[in-house]
Amino acid sequence: MPLSPGYKSTVLRAPLRPLHAVEQSALERSGPALGNTALGPLDHDLIRNAAQGGDALGERIYVFGQVLDENARPVPNALIEIWQANAAGRYAHVKDGYLAPLDPNFSGCGRCVSDGEGRYLFRTIKPGPYPWPNNGSDWRPAHIHLSIFGEAFAQRLVTQLYFEGDPLIPLCPIVNTIPDPAAIDRLVARLDMRNQEPFDCLAYRFDIVLRGRRQTHFETRPEGA
Amino acid sequence: MMIGKLQETPSQTAGPYVHIGTAPQSIGRPPLTGQPGPRAEAEGERIIIEGTVFDGAGAPLRDAMLEIWQADSAGRVGAEGLFARCLADFDTGRYRFETVRPGPHREGQPAHVALLIFARGINLHLHTRIHFPEERERVAADPDLRRLEPEARETLIATQEAAGHYRFDVHLQGANETVFFDI
Ligand SMILES: [Fe+3]
Repeated sequence: MPLSPGYKSTVLRAPLRPLHAVEQSALERSGPALGNTALGPLDHDLIRNAAQGGDALGERIYVFGQVLDENARPVPNALIEIWQANAAGRYAHVKDGYLAPLDPNFSGCGRCVSDGEGRYLFRTIKPGPYPWPNNGSDWRPAHIHLSIFGEAFAQRLVTQLYFEGDPLIPLCPIVNTIPDPAAIDRLVARLDMRNQEPFDCLAYRFDIVLRGRRQTHFETRPEGA
Repeated sequence: MMIGKLQETPSQTAGPYVHIGTAPQSIGRPPLTGQPGPRAEAEGERIIIEGTVFDGAGAPLRDAMLEIWQADSAGRVGAEGLFARCLADFDTGRYRFETVRPGPHREGQPAHVALLIFARGINLHLHTRIHFPEERERVAADPDLRRLEPEARETLIATQEAAGHYRFDVHLQGANETVFFDI
């Protein structure tokens, strides 16, 4: 829901009129080919990509999965950009004043491109929860922000992934802007022991489903629905 | 029912620290390689589109991240389309794109620039269209826009500040709330 008063920032920022539904044109059915961007060898590795002589501190994890569209077709060459707090819950951002310490070996910024089967992989540390000024001191569950470019501009997605078993998930006003519990569940990355790196790294699986191509928009999403 | 279909991953706000992931150089972090940006060699008339995103109290959004996607000067999309990303100024909230004037990507319809807005408090990014004041009559006849009230349609038309220099302010709420699209 655009306006959800429990998340205070939406009160003055959520449009109050309904969205204007139109069919996708050739413009929105195409998109920038950012998957062709040359990436650095450590762009997907947040444990090392800002390191100044040591690895980032924290619980070492892989975050991996597959980018698909609603018809279950893999989306290759999707650019995925991520940002996150460090293990203590602090962002390396000038505007984050949380008292938890910065990690000199961690910037919290990464990116990768999905392969021919839509698969992607990051190596990072599990971010910590952090407090924020909303209804006094609310706490965000541990989360990673993601930005995804699929094949079409109409598929553009910015979201956040959460971690299986985190007791803060149901308490979070940002999570609860999503009214459907099944939809919230689709934002929860699952612990995947088979894909761990033994004696090194746990693994969490998070698949991403982008909006499919729509011939007639009105079939699937009636205006006002 | 959606048998045989997967459900879309829901959107969540980009939050106040969107800059870390999408424009790390803006916060003094080293840029990752190959940051997305406008294609400098695109041919056509150079134009500037500037503006501010205002909240329901009339305050500028200083934390917003914006993206544009448009046809090239010949109206071509796909591999010829033009993409750019910018951040609202941390002090003033102003955004600015330097691009080329798009050609019409739909036969007989007015050209436009698709604009996406991401920020704290915006759960699903906002998708709007920047039209040009020279094409006001075509905009009124655009089949996508005909159903809108004339005042609402007017929120999609930029103001010309000088030759090739346009202003497009976005109002998230209020009497002149910008039209946002579900596409
Ligand atoms: Fe966050």
